[in-house]
Amino acid sequence: MSNDSTSKTLTVAFLLCLVCSVVVATSAVVLRPAQLENKAADMKKNILAAANIWDEKKSIDEQFSNIEARLVNVAAARYATDAELSENNINDIARYDQRKAAKDTAQNVVLSKADDIASIRRRAKFSKIYVVRSSGGELDKIILPVSGYGLWSTLYGFIALEADLNTVIGLGFYEHGETPGLGGEVDNPNWKSIWPGKKVYDSSGLVALGLVKGSVDRSGPNAVHEVDGLSGASITSRGVTNLVKFWLGGDGYGPFLKNLQQEGV
Amino acid sequence: MSETTETKEVLLSPIFDNNPVILQILGICSALAVTSNLKTTLTMCIALTLVTGLSSFFISTIRNQIPSSIRIIVQMTIIASLVIVVDQVLKAYAYSISKDLSVFVGLIITNCIVMGRAEAYAMKNPPINSFFDGIGNGLGYSAILLGLGVLRELFGSGKLMGFEILPLVNDGGWYVPNGLMLLPPSAFFLIGLFIWGLRAWKKDQVEEADFKIVHNAELSADDAH
Repeated sequence: MSNDSTSKTLTVAFLLCLVCSVVVATSAVVLRPAQLENKAADMKKNILAAANIWDEKKSIDEQFSNIEARLVNVAAARYATDAELSENNINDIARYDQRKAAKDTAQNVVLSKADDIASIRRRAKFSKIYVVRSSGGELDKIILPVSGYGLWSTLYGFIALEADLNTVIGLGFYEHGETPGLGGEVDNPNWKSIWPGKKVYDSSGLVALGLVKGSVDRSGPNAVHEVDGLSGASITSRGVTNLVKFWLGGDGYGPFLKNLQQEGV
Repeated sequence: MSETTETKEVLLSPIFDNNPVILQILGICSALAVTSNLKTTLTMCIALTLVTGLSSFFISTIRNQIPSSIRIIVQMTIIASLVIVVDQVLKAYAYSISKDLSVFVGLIITNCIVMGRAEAYAMKNPPINSFFDGIGNGLGYSAILLGLGVLRELFGSGKLMGFEILPLVNDGGWYVPNGLMLLPPSAFFLIGLFIWGLRAWKKDQVEEADFKIVHNAELSADDAH
């Protein structure tokens, strides 16, 4: 049989595809547990890094053991109750995936155009936040997941606040597809180091934190609420401002943080 | 030519005499993209060398069975499968590096060096020699990329493999980093300099000019006739 006959061509193509797909599928299945572990560890590292308590020398799990994951019913501005959790089939908070929930019609809220300043269209009913407690059991730090659309992609990250629920500890994104070198500079450690110490709310309780074009006038009255914009990335900068305004504002964690402050939980 | 000298020839000649990057000008895209620090460069080089070697080996093993009408797609399938396996392994055992390399591991599939060796060598030669030819070309690619990686990381961020070599002004040292080195165009300039250097050393690599520049005065003199 010649190599170029139709039957030979089909046979070779079929066998090759079969062998290659088995090889690819095997590697994907065998390596999957290790990959998921890496992904989870990376996420924990980002959470620790946002709260500025990441220590390279200690193991991630050891550091994470002091952190408590809680679900927040965003619309009701309080922690989710056990009844709500069982109603939504959430048995294990550690395994709750907020991003998956945001896509699930049973577990999400569709945002109206006017409310949706971060351009995320829908958010999960329950947000998974992380609480760091001091040795006395009081709230020490709170780490909130945020997301919003930049220029090309949705940015996913965490913002960490001090116990006063107003002072920023840090902001970090663990996933985005912004232009490397421009919008991608949201990962730049120098830029991220501007965030700590900034205040989220102004005296009237509105979200004042945001990016400005160019550098912040350090002597200006609003300097404590302003962060330098990313040069050459005005749309990403606006996206970051919007996601901060959305998530810490009235449709996000704003009411929850206010309740938390009053109750002192 | 005996068996061992042939093997040595295919393994070593791509490094200086027939370098895939600076003589054949292949694989430039990834050479620009992954060389801003040495660690990702090294991973990329190992990944590409393995993929080129193994794909040449497998293609050569079945070369007598491949119908010529679908040979390119057969080569692509083998290369793509190997690249996916490499990508999965990196995600499982070197997660942070695989995040840095992002799409570029996947893009090894379209790297002309891998396809080029499959089509030019592996289709006509036995498996063992094809394997070494692939490894050799991977090493040729690696030699250039590591050179780029060392220069770009050293002068762009004052470090090598993440360790500080030149203390930066920002951290209280004396070295003002050259920001251009961290941007892709710097790799173009450096590759250009490498080509110049190599061709000054090995004159036989200088290409014949495609056209000759005629002196202005000669032209106008011709016109006058």
